[in-house]
Amino acid sequence: MAKNLYIQHYCRIKNNKVYLNGDLIFEENSEDIKSFLKSVYQFLDPKYSKFFKMDALSKLAFLSAEIILKDINTENKNIGIILSNNASSLDTDRKHQDSINDKENYYPSPAVFVYTLPNIGIGEISIRHQLKSENGFFVFEKYNANFHHNYENILIQNNKSEAVLGGWVNIDEDSYEAFLYLISENGTIEHTEQNLKQLYTN
Amino acid sequence: MEDLKLELKNNIIELLNLEDVNVDEIKDDDSLFGDGLGLDSIDALELIVMLDKDYGIRLSDPKEGKKIFESIEVMAAYISEHRTK
Repeated sequence: MAKNLYIQHYCRIKNNKVYLNGDLIFEENSEDIKSFLKSVYQFLDPKYSKFFKMDALSKLAFLSAEIILKDINTENKNIGIILSNNASSLDTDRKHQDSINDKENYYPSPAVFVYTLPNIGIGEISIRHQLKSENGFFVFEKYNANFHHNYENILIQNNKSEAVLGGWVNIDEDSYEAFLYLISENGTIEHTEQNLKQLYTN
Repeated sequence: MEDLKLELKNNIIELLNLEDVNVDEIKDDDSLFGDGLGLDSIDALELIVMLDKDYGIRLSDPKEGKKIFESIEVMAAYISEHRTK
């Protein structure tokens, strides 16, 4: 019998604002994305110094997940992670490219290079919450509610995951946007393509 | 030597994004890896690049780093002896 699935929690980070389940929980007019993400970190205070070593995309994914999972016991939970975006890891790819452009001054940074894949953000969330689960990172032109709904549904209905952390995490230079949510058998908002689309556009 | 130690502490904090660590919290003989500053394998690679870029020291065997990066004291002594810039 098919399980009834819900959007248990959802989080939006955009335009210097952070929303949880539609409510504004943090706002700060920062000069750039780096300062804003640091302020969100200080607001959440997860006491996780590895955060400062992450690239901006991973920081955004990490903070969004932190907001959604902070009151959820993730120990021994099989929570899959399905994320997508438009710019892949381009923001960090450019930084890496800059460090290797000059053959006379060729010092690629290992700490930058390790983030030249978008799915590293999934790894950071998994390490933080000790998740050893199904995961995937996809690149689309824009948030694809149909794809996400299908993939998240299949994972849970086929018992590959108990719950799924899904959504869109995109960064390109100073443009950023995160829409993350937790799909599970708990909650009140039905997990439908229409609801995902509506929460994303609101 | 004291100037070099201070320079190394400042560089390590900036290079490795140790935002919650102050220069005066790093003792000269503190372990940089493990229980000390808690640096990881990617940090070790960054330090190898820093040796080359800032001091002209190229490690032929990355395993040498394990000994050289034991502490600020050991690093400073090694750099003083081998630097080419």
